[in-house]
Amino acid sequence: MSVSEMFAALQGALGQDQDIREEIRKVVQALEQTAREILTLLQGVHQGPGFQHIPKKCQKAREHFGTVRTQMESLKTKFPADQYYRFHEHWRFVLQRLVFLASFVVYLESETLVTREAVAEILGIEADRERGFHLDIEDYLSGVLTLASELARLAVNSVTAGDYSRPLRISTFINELDSGFRLLNLKNDSLRKRYDGLKYDVKKIEEVVYDLSIRGLNKEATAGGGGEK
Amino acid sequence: GSGGFRKRKHDNFPHGQRKEEKENVNPPSALMTSFKSFQLELDTRHDKYERLVKLSRDITIESKRTIFLLHRFTSAPNGEEILNESEVKLDAVRRKIKQVAQELIGEDMYQFHRAISPGLQEYVEAVSFQYFIKTRSLISVEAINKQLIFTAEDREETTNMPSKCHDTEGQRWGLKVTPVDYLLGVADLTGELMRLCISSVGNGDIDTPFELSHFLRQIYDGFTFIGNTGPYEVSKKLYTLKQSLAKVENACYTLKVRGSEIPKHMLADVFSTKTELIDQEEGLP
Repeated sequence: MSVSEMFAALQGALGQDQDIREEIRKVVQALEQTAREILTLLQGVHQGPGFQHIPKKCQKAREHFGTVRTQMESLKTKFPADQYYRFHEHWRFVLQRLVFLASFVVYLESETLVTREAVAEILGIEADRERGFHLDIEDYLSGVLTLASELARLAVNSVTAGDYSRPLRISTFINELDSGFRLLNLKNDSLRKRYDGLKYDVKKIEEVVYDLSIRGLNKEATAGGGGEK
Repeated sequence: GSGGFRKRKHDNFPHGQRKEEKENVNPPSALMTSFKSFQLELDTRHDKYERLVKLSRDITIESKRTIFLLHRFTSAPNGEEILNESEVKLDAVRRKIKQVAQELIGEDMYQFHRAISPGLQEYVEAVSFQYFIKTRSLISVEAINKQLIFTAEDREETTNMPSKCHDTEGQRWGLKVTPVDYLLGVADLTGELMRLCISSVGNGDIDTPFELSHFLRQIYDGFTFIGNTGPYEVSKKLYTLKQSLAKVENACYTLKVRGSEIPKHMLADVFSTKTELIDQEEGLP
């Protein structure tokens, strides 16, 4: 094979690669659009009247996740299944965003941390690499860290809205999350950088709890449960 | 801290999350259990990555040594011996690559691609350099990959992780050099060829530079054909490639112009001053 033939073949391969990336980008854009819609919907909980409508908003958000599932289905068909990490960068951001949204919904509904399996199910993907398009563990953890900062904000706003018990529950939740992350040996990468922000969320929530307890505002809700902080 | 207090707190929080899990008094919550498994998963992944980085470094070093060895080829009276020695060295490199391939059995290669890419590029450079010296042509990416298919004899002792695709993988498994790794390796090769050109003139070899300039031009044409279809790194190498080609072309020019005037035994001297000049030019930004 001559040199020019070799390079022509390589060019062909690279060109195909570009086509695949183009296709992926299109679907990812649609996913980003859906993610924005869900986010807008859930942002409503931060406003005063939003606190009464949490279940309804979660219900609506869950309907939107149906769209996400169809879009994920189409994303899966755009590239060979065994080359997930080759194109990972393209959907990494939106996937983290979706994990955050799903975990936020689950937290608002049940005040628990969504498991990786449950998130994968909500998004219509697999939790395990062996079985196809999956949720990378680092993406899952990143999404969970975004949830932490959102909850810090929610703690502040729920006080404004007159819900004095919620910050205490958020505090316990966040503290456990923090001890969970402490178990991990993170490398010096983007996940580690995100994790470094967690302590500020913890601090913020503890301040809210402190403000409530020195004013005795947590008494009626939890009988001093958060007072020690 | 009193146990009673903690108990009361527990009653108030139906989800049972506690801050004091480190004291081992309470059974670990579901969240902590899952984070323990995350810890395991991340550590396994990072360990594998580190092992691959180490292997990649070894591959790089050994490939570089092979290239240095091959540079001695033109000056040595017994070229065959050097070629044989380089073959032995490359076999050693391939054994390392075999270990890489073993680490990657059942994995998505691209997940760890950044760890092994530098080593693979250097290997491509070494193996294509040897191939060029032997055959005066460019080795194809398929030919490189063909040498990277391994059979299972000592798989069990070197792989410390049970592979999940044990059955599907069968007896043979390989590592594929990606087109981009290949291109980057070939781009590095041109730098070596430029050095070969200069040193062959030093040895009074007048034909090699012309052959090399022809060959380099072909590669350069190939790269311009790819242009910016490839990733950014490839276009970045194109600049260095152009410089190498210019040096070789200038060398040929000098040979042509001055070669007829200067007695052969003095060519080397003329030439070495000329290359120094080029090198100085390159030093400028």
